[in-house]
Amino acid sequence: MSRIHVTTTINGDETDFLCDAEDTLLDVLRDRLGLTGTKEGCGTGDCGACSVLVDGRLVCSCLMLGAEAEGREVATIEGMARGDQLHPLQQKFIEMAALQCGICTPGILVAAKSLLERNPDPSEEEVRYWLAGNLCRCTGYDKIIRAVMETAADMRRAS
Amino acid sequence: MALDQTGKTRDFKVVGTRPNRPDGIDKVTGRARFGADIVAPGMLTGRILRSPHAHARILRIDASKAEALPGVKAVVTRADFGDVPDHVADIMDNCMAGAKALYDGHAVAAVAANSAAVARKALRLIEVEYEVLPSVTDVDAAMRPGASVLHEGRQQETVPGGMSGNVISRVEFGHGDIEAGLKRADRVVTRIYRTAATHQGYIEPHACLATMGPDGQADLWVCTQGHYMVRNTCAAILGMEQGQLRVTASEIGGGFGGKTTVFLEPVALMLSRKAGRPVKMVMSRTEVLRATGPTASTSIDVKIGMRKDGKITAAFAELRYQGGAYPGSPVDMGSMSAFAPYDLENVKTVGWDVVTNRPKAAAYRAPGAPMAAFAVESAIDELAKGFGLDPLEVRLMNGADKGTRASYGPTYPAIGLKATLEAARAHPHWKAPLGENQGRGVACGFWFNFGGDTCVSLNVTPDGTVNVSEGNPDIGGSRASMTMMAAEELGIPYDQVRTIIADTGSLGQNEVTDGSRVTFAVGLATIEAARAAKREMCRRAAMVWGIDEDAVEWEDGAARPAGPNAGKFPPMTLKEIAAIASNSGGPIAGHHEVNAEGAGVSFATHMVDVEVDPDTGATRILRYTVFQDAGKAVHPSYVEGQFQGGAVQGIGWALNEEYIYDKDGILQNPGFLDYRIPVASDLPMIDTVILEIPNPGHPYGVRGVGETSIVPPLAAIANAVSAAAGVRMVQLPMSPPRILAAMQGRGRA
Amino acid sequence: MVRVRLWGSLAEGAEGQREVEIEAGNLRELLDGLGERFPALRAELERGVSVSIDGRVYNDSWFTPIGPESEVVLLRRLKGG
Repeated sequence: MSRIHVTTTINGDETDFLCDAEDTLLDVLRDRLGLTGTKEGCGTGDCGACSVLVDGRLVCSCLMLGAEAEGREVATIEGMARGDQLHPLQQKFIEMAALQCGICTPGILVAAKSLLERNPDPSEEEVRYWLAGNLCRCTGYDKIIRAVMETAADMRRAS
Repeated sequence: MALDQTGKTRDFKVVGTRPNRPDGIDKVTGRARFGADIVAPGMLTGRILRSPHAHARILRIDASKAEALPGVKAVVTRADFGDVPDHVADIMDNCMAGAKALYDGHAVAAVAANSAAVARKALRLIEVEYEVLPSVTDVDAAMRPGASVLHEGRQQETVPGGMSGNVISRVEFGHGDIEAGLKRADRVVTRIYRTAATHQGYIEPHACLATMGPDGQADLWVCTQGHYMVRNTCAAILGMEQGQLRVTASEIGGGFGGKTTVFLEPVALMLSRKAGRPVKMVMSRTEVLRATGPTASTSIDVKIGMRKDGKITAAFAELRYQGGAYPGSPVDMGSMSAFAPYDLENVKTVGWDVVTNRPKAAAYRAPGAPMAAFAVESAIDELAKGFGLDPLEVRLMNGADKGTRASYGPTYPAIGLKATLEAARAHPHWKAPLGENQGRGVACGFWFNFGGDTCVSLNVTPDGTVNVSEGNPDIGGSRASMTMMAAEELGIPYDQVRTIIADTGSLGQNEVTDGSRVTFAVGLATIEAARAAKREMCRRAAMVWGIDEDAVEWEDGAARPAGPNAGKFPPMTLKEIAAIASNSGGPIAGHHEVNAEGAGVSFATHMVDVEVDPDTGATRILRYTVFQDAGKAVHPSYVEGQFQGGAVQGIGWALNEEYIYDKDGILQNPGFLDYRIPVASDLPMIDTVILEIPNPGHPYGVRGVGETSIVPPLAAIANAVSAAAGVRMVQLPMSPPRILAAMQGRGRA
Repeated sequence: MVRVRLWGSLAEGAEGQREVEIEAGNLRELLDGLGERFPALRAELERGVSVSIDGRVYNDSWFTPIGPESEVVLLRRLKGG
């Protein structure tokens, strides 16, 4: 079984890897590149724990093949902070206790960041629908929604 | 203000504030290592072959083709385990089927191979010959004489003769005279309520990494609610000494009771033993739903009599819970908790534990209680509304208080039920207007809360910072709470303390993270460990000052002479004492080991507004408020988080979630698409009101808070939906078709 | 003597008595005494029980003292999630 050589950009760094044709992008990230911040909760695109951005678009990395990353730009949770500077969403999630166990947190942060890049002033309803593909079983979403709204307000004030 | 151990009130400096959690950075950057994130050099991938039948005799397993496949390093079946001790026999059988496969998804064999692809291929090469048997998945059907029987010889002496062998045990609680009480009632409601099995639904599938050497020493990394439990259970199953198996808990991606037992772990150890290599196993979501702990499905008869002024004269419930393929449904807990919020002269519950061809039920957040509360709180609501009475006033009139003899036996000390009801009555939510097709529901809930074996070791470093080692996986911020309690007791800032979860080699036995026990029991042990360290530091200061150690006291992070007669010495801070530790006898530490008793029971009242779409039967949650007693909220944000999370799991249970089996006992919805847990767009904000009625059994008054919050929502939502739809809903989930059918049947009945 | 309240199905193992008196000064003596006096209770005791003493629940602490005036209630073994 021959493997596929893929060249891609991950969190701004040019990266190449060999993968099997059947490997998902999630498999590649976790098992071949050691980027285990992206989580597998279902493998069927229902939970959003594996959310990443591909060319700026929010995708479930369990639903995309690793080979499809060729020539694209992939952004994962590991690239969200700049050096020791957390992204405002990351900081706010900690301050507002918007996580309990933390397994869904990387996917929710990646999805929320993508929302705020498109819509810096989302309504509560818009946040809830944008994050409807990211399951959280611990929090009841309340503190997550509040943290996203408050981060958006902070970022608007800062810009 | 709350009680400390001497009964005095005290002001807190750290407890009650909302600092950032110590594991926060790791969890928002992806650095935190969960069960599936651990790797070991040379590790193999383990996979499980599962039964496609709900009930089948296993006649033959031939793994020779799988074993011959290049890359396969070990194959394991039940035969590899031999006989195991009685107390782990059912757990063993659930991890790997013996003579029979007892449910769809039951493990029958496992392989370890050098890649996932080879492991998957190997599973297809294992030949299993089954004799398919009739199956039963419904609790009432399983109790009928003539139902297919899962086990012979498991029925306990508590079951009357002539019942189906699937009925394992019977419990009964209560006091007084039900018949006499019913005669004094102005109205009696008699109904049958049913609830579907639901899954804990943690987002992280089960995962572990095992490595065992030929010398019999083994290490296991695992996501679990209790790595000491994993050690003890696996050691018993594998015939190992506990001290030879070191278990390290990874970060845990949710549990809710579902990770209080083992599934993969003994199998991974056995594969590693045979292969001589580390073996990693991770379940798929389908495996999680087919083969790990759902809760019981239930069928409950309730009969309650009430006078027209709202006084309950008699209350009876008969509860039938199926707990899957092995004895041990939480019907006993349901039977004990059903009427726990009420002060009743005549009360009786009877519970039946029933086995069916479903996965072995695991604990789920207040196991057994939400279903019982659904039935009882629905009946009380129906009676109150039938008399035109305010359902909160009826609950206050009948509510349990200090001195009430609980329906399950004991007399309550100070409890918070009425405080939650009064807070609910005073809240603006209660008087807010409702629109068309909208309804409001309230319900109460109770949970016991637990303590148990607990160890904490607190070490003072040479520079005077503090490390706390505890043995309970942190499932929702407990490291923050322990750090806060240690800082509070030592009188030092929160950021001077760091708490870790130690492996099983580093502390004595610790009970599982369950029963809402951690902030109570581990908190208590942390406080006592800090007190021991303070005593030692006072002793060191006394040596420096040349005075008697009894003449030194600890205050605000420093040793001080106790009163003017002790001598005039400037205080020695924790850092100053730490710096002279080597000069005054050696390192400074405090530790505490205890079987913590005295967990205080906890009560909640929930209030919810819903709107039911008359055309589709779909329910929307409009507003939700939780009122719960926390004893003392150590980190209020995480207390609120427990209230909110429990309420939303309850919303899922009430409206959507359900295990659906076909007539052959095959699970029809083993994925998050069809097993639908609540998503953000389903919900409003969940408001919370924290009551603080101190628990006299804890130095700071702490009660567990994690479980009570899932007890009231099923009934609160059912009461709200019944009000909005104009028809009493008695079966969960209240899915749109079920509500629509009930609304269309209204008036016909 | 300690007065112990039994839940309904346990009473069947204690000759129908809902309340029994046992000579005991602590939890261990209580459980041993119950098993000796009512052999029909032994199966349930071996499966595990919790005991409420003056409203506090104990699981395994043998040497918890029990006073003659204590309220003692035998419970099913409590387990949480």
